[in-house]
Amino acid sequence: MTVLAIVCFVPFLMMLVNATRSNEAILTGFTLVPGNALLENYQTMMDYVNVWTGFKNSLFISVLVTILTGYFSALTAYGFAFYTFKGNNFLFVFMLVMMMVPGQLGLIGFYELSKTLGILDTYIPLIVPAVASPFVVFFLRQYILTTLHPSLIEAARIDGASEFKIFHIVAIPIMMPAIATMSIFTFIGSWNNYIMPLVLIFSPEKYTLPVLMGFLKGSQVAQNLGSMYLGIAISVVPIMIAFLFLSKYIINSISAGAIKE
Amino acid sequence: MKNLNRYGYFFIAPFWLVFLVFSIYPVALTFYYSFTNYTGSGTAEVVGLANYTRLLTDSFFVQAFVNTLKIWGINFALQMGLALILAAIFSDMRLKMKGQSFFRAIFYLPNLITVSSVALLFGILLDWQHGSLNVVLMNLGLISDPINWLNEPATAQISVSLILTWMWFGHSFIVIMAGISGISTDYFEAALIDGANRWQTLVSITLPLLKPILLYIMITSLIGGLQLFDLPMLITDGIGSPDGSLNTMVLYLYNQAFKYNNYGYASAVAYGLFIITVIFSAVVFRSMYSSERKQARQV
Repeated sequence: MTVLAIVCFVPFLMMLVNATRSNEAILTGFTLVPGNALLENYQTMMDYVNVWTGFKNSLFISVLVTILTGYFSALTAYGFAFYTFKGNNFLFVFMLVMMMVPGQLGLIGFYELSKTLGILDTYIPLIVPAVASPFVVFFLRQYILTTLHPSLIEAARIDGASEFKIFHIVAIPIMMPAIATMSIFTFIGSWNNYIMPLVLIFSPEKYTLPVLMGFLKGSQVAQNLGSMYLGIAISVVPIMIAFLFLSKYIINSISAGAIKE
Repeated sequence: MKNLNRYGYFFIAPFWLVFLVFSIYPVALTFYYSFTNYTGSGTAEVVGLANYTRLLTDSFFVQAFVNTLKIWGINFALQMGLALILAAIFSDMRLKMKGQSFFRAIFYLPNLITVSSVALLFGILLDWQHGSLNVVLMNLGLISDPINWLNEPATAQISVSLILTWMWFGHSFIVIMAGISGISTDYFEAALIDGANRWQTLVSITLPLLKPILLYIMITSLIGGLQLFDLPMLITDGIGSPDGSLNTMVLYLYNQAFKYNNYGYASAVAYGLFIITVIFSAVVFRSMYSSERKQARQV
């Protein structure tokens, strides 16, 4: 058990130690003693690639995606759950069927569409589609059907609240735990998305972190192993720190996402 | 009271607007391209089923398919084996293991890191001449010459499988533990009283009751595995070498479309991949539910 935990951690440890050592030191051997080339490595890396820019871009996109997904999925789920309109069932089932379709299927069409709309090399195709996330809608609909009693909505109507006000004041707070659960998935998914930004973004200053890391490999920095390790460490360590504080919620979310029907 | 049901349309309208434009239209457009010789510029000429006939006889695609299955298969066997052993240890009533949340966090950590960072990290750790893994192994005297991990088809595939195992076993472990916590402890207590040993408990109680969860893990892992792209792409700089052993189906699709501008053919590859995914999911589903007709969990 402990061995496995160590195995899990060793690559990170090697990364952290090597990030502080000079190129020559790494070439001659491996120790667990940190070196003293941290600053030097940082400067070498920054001369070529600013990892922080990728970090900032990724954070910007992921936060917006998470907000859009959370809000609009709640809106859609509520609409599906509490109104009986023509086509309700058909649209819902159709959405479920589309959920099974893998992301790569529309990739080429998506690229062509973005080209036609003139939104290549912008964040629009990376952010706006977050409005339509079938899986989150599905999850939230199941959740709200079991947690929000229609009489609550009736009561709000009698008090004279408008339909959208009811959604914002009554439904959203009740859905919040489920939205939070899904937001964790959405954020991780967006943060780790590689193929979409790779295909859609061309300007280096707009690269997201995953694309920038790929770029790092082909650049001059690759000559200096210490700087490479440092670049990777910068991309990884903030996540590790965030995980330290949030691990309980993240793991509970995975459990909930997997077994809730 | 006046009928408010028309509001339903307002609530779902933004979703459907975006869904139609950014999800359904691209899928349909790709379908159309798969019957054309579109190259990304100029007009698309309809060529009928030519792309699909080419797909069926394309040895590169077949190789990519086999590679993908191999890499996923090795990874899945190891990952599930590990996750199940861990789950059995942690759920054992006699052992009463402590620190579950700590271990869950450590095991899950690799899954949270961006795949590109993981690929880069292992790319230099496994590097032939300067990689720390070879240096460590040589210092320990386990090997005399550096092993060129990523330059031999067999070791390259195994390396990628192992990296995937490293990334994903924690996730499977968490999901399995969640499933086990849903099983009534009565079963385990009864087994304990009846004197069942660990193996018997695992085989006769835990596994059968976990079937829906295992099916869920298997299907989601399979779908994800068939779409394997980031790791091989980044480790091989998009080439899929050595000897095409790390060329996966999505990497092939990507290269056909965005490297060689064969948009028409790449679209057919996308649909080929989709059909393969559907068939495999159906086979897995059927084989796990052949004897009994239980309602599977849809997540």
